[in-house]
Amino acid sequence: MAVPARTLINVPPKAKRGDVILIRTLISHVMENGFRVDNMGKPIPRNIITSMVCTYNGEEIFNATLHPAISANPFITFHTVATESGTIAFKWTGDNGFEAEASASISVE
Amino acid sequence: MNLPGVLYVLMLGAATLAVSALVGARAEIPLDQRRSSYEDMSRDTRAMQDDDMSNPAMLAVLDGEALWNAKGGASGKSCADCHGDARSSMKGVAARYPAFDEPTGVPVDLEQRINLSRERDQKAAPFRYESAELLALTAYIALQSRGQPIDPPKDARLEPFRERGRVSFNQRIGQLNLSCAQCHDDNWGKSLAGNIIPQAHPTGYPIYRLEWQSLGSLQRRLRNCMTGVRAEPYALGALEYVELELFLMWRARGMALESPGVRP
Amino acid sequence: MERTPLSLATTRRLFLAGAGALLVVRPAGATPETMAAAIRQVTGGKPVTPGKVKLTIPPLVENGNAVAVTISADSPMTEKDHVTAIHLFTQKNPLPNVIGIRLGARAGKAEVSTRIRLADTQQLTALCEMSDGTFWSDTADVILTLSACLEDPV
Repeated sequence: MAVPARTLINVPPKAKRGDVILIRTLISHVMENGFRVDNMGKPIPRNIITSMVCTYNGEEIFNATLHPAISANPFITFHTVATESGTIAFKWTGDNGFEAEASASISVE
Repeated sequence: MNLPGVLYVLMLGAATLAVSALVGARAEIPLDQRRSSYEDMSRDTRAMQDDDMSNPAMLAVLDGEALWNAKGGASGKSCADCHGDARSSMKGVAARYPAFDEPTGVPVDLEQRINLSRERDQKAAPFRYESAELLALTAYIALQSRGQPIDPPKDARLEPFRERGRVSFNQRIGQLNLSCAQCHDDNWGKSLAGNIIPQAHPTGYPIYRLEWQSLGSLQRRLRNCMTGVRAEPYALGALEYVELELFLMWRARGMALESPGVRP
Repeated sequence: MERTPLSLATTRRLFLAGAGALLVVRPAGATPETMAAAIRQVTGGKPVTPGKVKLTIPPLVENGNAVAVTISADSPMTEKDHVTAIHLFTQKNPLPNVIGIRLGARAGKAEVSTRIRLADTQQLTALCEMSDGTFWSDTADVILTLSACLEDPV
């Protein structure tokens, strides 16, 4: 039974309306690139996160398509404008039906 | 005027001896010249370690915290049930390991101590070496000593084992016939195939090594070195690793612990 | 589920593996040609002008497994004038694509960072698409040094 992936997200808890805020994300995932072979010479199948989507009160603000060249334990940072208080939600999907979610609240004055 | 042949040979012999004495010097690093391999890393790798948000080892720390609080084993207890809040009870622990284990009469490292507690107190099966669970718990506990000086315990029972570790450190091994000291005492700071040879202080374990793309213990790193000089690594959990770690922690006494670190 | 574009070599390899072939086909690594093809797939053949986007990557890297990279584009990020997408490509990795990102005016600042794998000393290309449909690029060269000692599995 697969252990749910561990995530670490950093969203400033408070911001002023109109501020450009930095969002940082880290998720545990082996990102097996599909080009390696094990020590018996057998190819190890690809197993990567293929997408990370971020929404701000339901509206998409960031959408990344990941390829095998993204390092293990993907670390991605980006910016968004603090428009209103609410929830910033993250969803990762990938090979073999992989799914992970996380969210953070932000209070905007 | 030609020197007599014998005198010439004698001079050459003396010169060779003098040079080899310099080259073969087993110079212990002066305490004030010691540096963590953190200093040799690139700016970006250092940034990865410095920022808890960017350090992949922190993901394992979160797992370790969950494991610390998870009830398990025949006892139905969690680590927290006996040890309380790790932030206070585990403070300073990683900085003074390996420590002597009375029932077995030998020193044990932190991973072994965790497994012993699991078996003896929690009545749970020990975790496999290098398993995600064991590394997560070790990382969580080691984090509680971050910033603290490495502080080997002054326990006379540890001395014979620490001495064996020192002998091991200076012993040539493997097909390449190299000792730890030859690289890490005598040639630290110089380049080896594009990388800087570190002094090899265990200041960051368990480390997230970029080469491994995962967290790993000091034992894993020592095994890599042994393989690197084409020596057969000791079995997992061997006393030899603990003895070597005892010596390495003494050699790094007073240096700050950075666990969990990032290394290239 | 969105199907990520696979290189021709990888598709062939998957087919052969599925067909139970005895041959193990090693996928061809990316080349300047496959990278150009991957870029064309994004741009649809439109011209790409150097400028407006900046690719920041350390010039010398200790380990190719986790190389910090930042792509930032010079744009006011208003509704009328903003970055709609950022892409990163490599010349010598097994596959040319690294990451493709959709942005909008809500981003406020067109700057993304991540950590990538690099298979060899090579040149990378960052591409950004603007809301007016134009494409801009930047390149950066990276030198890789690999670890000195070989490693056995744990």
